[in-house]
Amino acid sequence: MKKQDFVVRFAGEGGQGVVTSAEGLAQAMAQSGYHVQTFSTFPSQIRGGPTWTQTRIATETVLSPGDELDVLVAFNEYAYENHKDDVAADGVIVYNQGEFEIDASDNVLGMDFDELAKQTGNNRAANFVVMGALAQLVELPLKVLEDFNRERYTRGRPSDQQIIDSNNMALSLGSVEADKSGLVLGEIAEAVKPEGEQILVNGNIAISLGATAAGLDTFVGYPISPATPILLWMEQNLVGEGKFVYQSTSEIESITSIVGAGFAGKKAMTSTAGPGFSLMGEGLGLAWMAEIPLVVVNVQRGGPSTGLPTKTEQSDLLTALYPGHGDIKLPVIAPGTVEECFYAGIMAVNWAERYQGPVVLLSEHAMSERRQNIPRPDMSKVEIEKRKTYEGSNGYLRYDGFELSPMPIPGGSGAYIANGSEHDAMGDTTHLPARHIQMTERRFSKLNLLNDGNFESENESAKVALVPWGGSKGSVLAAYNQLVNEGLDLAWYYSMYVHPMPEGMLAALREKDLVIVPELNYMGQFASVLRSEGIKAVAITQYTGLPFKVGELATRVKDLVSNSVAEGVSV
Amino acid sequence: MTLKNPEYDFKWCPGCGDFGVRRGLENALEKYLAETEQPTENTVVVAGIGCSGNMVHMLEKEQPFGIHGIHGRSLPISMGIKMGNPDLNVIVVAGDGDFLGIGAEHIAPQAMRNLNITAVVMDNGVYGLTKGQSSPTTDLGVITSSTPYGKMEEKVHPLRNYLTMGVSFIGSTISNKVKDMSDMMYEAMSHPGFSIVHVQSPCTEYNNTYEALKGSVKKGIEPLAYDIPEGHDPSDAEAAQEVVNADGIPLGVIFRDTSRPTFDQRVKDTTGSKEMKSVESLIEGFSI
Ligand SMILES: Cc1ncc(C[n+]2csc(CCOP(=O)(O)OP(=O)(O)O)c2C)c(N)n1
Ligand code: SF4
Ligand SMILES: [Mg+2]
Repeated sequence: MKKQDFVVRFAGEGGQGVVTSAEGLAQAMAQSGYHVQTFSTFPSQIRGGPTWTQTRIATETVLSPGDELDVLVAFNEYAYENHKDDVAADGVIVYNQGEFEIDASDNVLGMDFDELAKQTGNNRAANFVVMGALAQLVELPLKVLEDFNRERYTRGRPSDQQIIDSNNMALSLGSVEADKSGLVLGEIAEAVKPEGEQILVNGNIAISLGATAAGLDTFVGYPISPATPILLWMEQNLVGEGKFVYQSTSEIESITSIVGAGFAGKKAMTSTAGPGFSLMGEGLGLAWMAEIPLVVVNVQRGGPSTGLPTKTEQSDLLTALYPGHGDIKLPVIAPGTVEECFYAGIMAVNWAERYQGPVVLLSEHAMSERRQNIPRPDMSKVEIEKRKTYEGSNGYLRYDGFELSPMPIPGGSGAYIANGSEHDAMGDTTHLPARHIQMTERRFSKLNLLNDGNFESENESAKVALVPWGGSKGSVLAAYNQLVNEGLDLAWYYSMYVHPMPEGMLAALREKDLVIVPELNYMGQFASVLRSEGIKAVAITQYTGLPFKVGELATRVKDLVSNSVAEGVSV
Repeated sequence: MTLKNPEYDFKWCPGCGDFGVRRGLENALEKYLAETEQPTENTVVVAGIGCSGNMVHMLEKEQPFGIHGIHGRSLPISMGIKMGNPDLNVIVVAGDGDFLGIGAEHIAPQAMRNLNITAVVMDNGVYGLTKGQSSPTTDLGVITSSTPYGKMEEKVHPLRNYLTMGVSFIGSTISNKVKDMSDMMYEAMSHPGFSIVHVQSPCTEYNNTYEALKGSVKKGIEPLAYDIPEGHDPSDAEAAQEVVNADGIPLGVIFRDTSRPTFDQRVKDTTGSKEMKSVESLIEGFSI
């Protein structure tokens, strides 16, 4: 059988072309119809420092980065030492002989990346040398990479042809080296072109595109890994009359200025990560209290405090739900795939408009950098919502009653005071118990407007369910598929709508004997939320700063199930 | 709103300087709206937290929009409003603690942007609402509830700081001179850029400075406050520097620079003049 799946990790130092190689390969393979997914971790320092990016190529949708490597491309000795143990038993190590030497062993291919590049007359062709070797290892026709090369470097510049020629030469030099070594991984199966048009994006861009599609007007953000690319994308693209995008001086300024924009009738958003999100707590409370629509994207990284800025974690769920003091529980949408990031961007804005309050979109580092082919979004299927605005005469009671009411917009009629202190119907500060009761119930009742989220389910009759959330979805789904193939009777439930969660999903989960929640945090945060909803949830946690490995996870699920059976849970 | 609303139970103490500020603000607003032919609902009052911020609930004439947010953040909130809709007339009302203490970090950036709003700062040299703790403008050595042995840091000089930070309109006034104050507020609202009207607004409860400010012939107390001499030219930065460097509290328009574009104008000319791509074509950019 031909290879259906191919995992390559490029490891080296920042500036050696690690990321360009991985992303170039992903782009080339996606163009010829393969499914791809990249995964990176970066050093915190700006130049140099160990870095690696992984590209997974398959004939079907890629769910996870891949547990084991078919090929490790080691740009230096440190990379080789640190990553060689992740190479599969039948895998190959391609290494840069110009940098270091590995004692002869049967699965290594040494070549001098830079020397070979020099032979082409283009010192920057080293990544094409590497790609040529990779192609040979999996018997991929070089034409696939040559086509990519031509398309990529046809930029209408005089030097285009020279670059294209030298890259093509690099491809064949690399391929010849691999051929000489006699190493083979097996022929990669031909691509089965995905149905419909595809785009290649990462999570941060997908969120940005989604929010833009939802009609975003204002974006104010402060740089922080791994959310910065969203700010930069907005600065570049959300332009024109009536749009306002700006880099603030702090996350406090970000959140409070979008409170102002939301109050003024605009669709407003900010993006941040852990430390910045902590600074936004008070401002989010104001938006909840004064009933002002806005969206905060929190691209989670390892915490607490400055934590692990360039590693992944799902440890901000509780703070997203309860970002501030007092009775408050925010709507949270946590997309699980790059494709969902797009729709989460839209739905976060829609929800904010619909219930007139703040919404948190919870992404995470691993997804922000994950570049993946996804079906091109169909804008005709996307519904864009706008808040109900007040158009009547003056003397309006903006906060009257126990339910959502139309919102007056400054410049129009119905002047009121949007108040972060407890207030009466017109927005004046009050301390009357009856008012605090009314307004508290009013704020929570509005969440009922958001109960319409969809969810996925499989094998609903099983008594034990596997229920991931957020960016772990792909790895958990891969583990689920494996376990079901092995004959385990396991149900699957998933929704990106973490709060409010779809009623149907909650009801189904309450019926289960055991709900297993794999999540990337120490506390088992989502499991604890589910338990508070009357669900028998148990977490499988990991807090390494890295995503789940599918095989390990499957084993842990199996162990948990058999231990539970021992304790009387029926499977 | 307050007088008609029995549920709203906050009251300023008798003699509080903020009463005078209210009168000045109401008059200035009335004149500004009449002159510019704008309806009242085109104005948004952004309040800080403090006795002073309660101004937003106390305005007795026709009601503008208001937002009573969180402590120290009235400036960034006002930026979101103004940049969301540059046609609005946005006025910040805040105390010295709110504006110069917890919210101090927000002044300089708005000065550099020249955000076209007006901030009315009610300086009473004390935290009124929390019952008399020291504030940034409390004098060195003064005993307050939070400085039982005397304040151990020197006081902030707000006017000097505003000038250094690049605030494009700086006025200094006092709450009992309603006419002068109102004229200054009107000028500030008409000013194209970031304007601050810094008002001495004594707290009769915790820091009664009326006598110190106005002086007393009977008791032989020299007044701290004095009118800036007639000939002062607010467009002269050096002259303005001399005014703020002098001792005492100068009263009048200190500095006015109308040469700088406002923030909304800059945005309009820079990103606002670009054409945004359609969502379809933005997506197209990622097609494979
Ligand atoms: C984040 C936060 N910290 C503290 C407070 C408590 N607080 C309310 S008003 C105030 C000081 C008000 O002083 P100032 O701004 O000078 O207003 P004044 O009452 O003197 O007019 C403080 C500390 C608060 N509301 N929020
Ligand atoms: S405590 Fe001071 S500032 Fe507050 S209302 Fe009373 S007099 Fe005015
Ligand atoms: Mg004060």
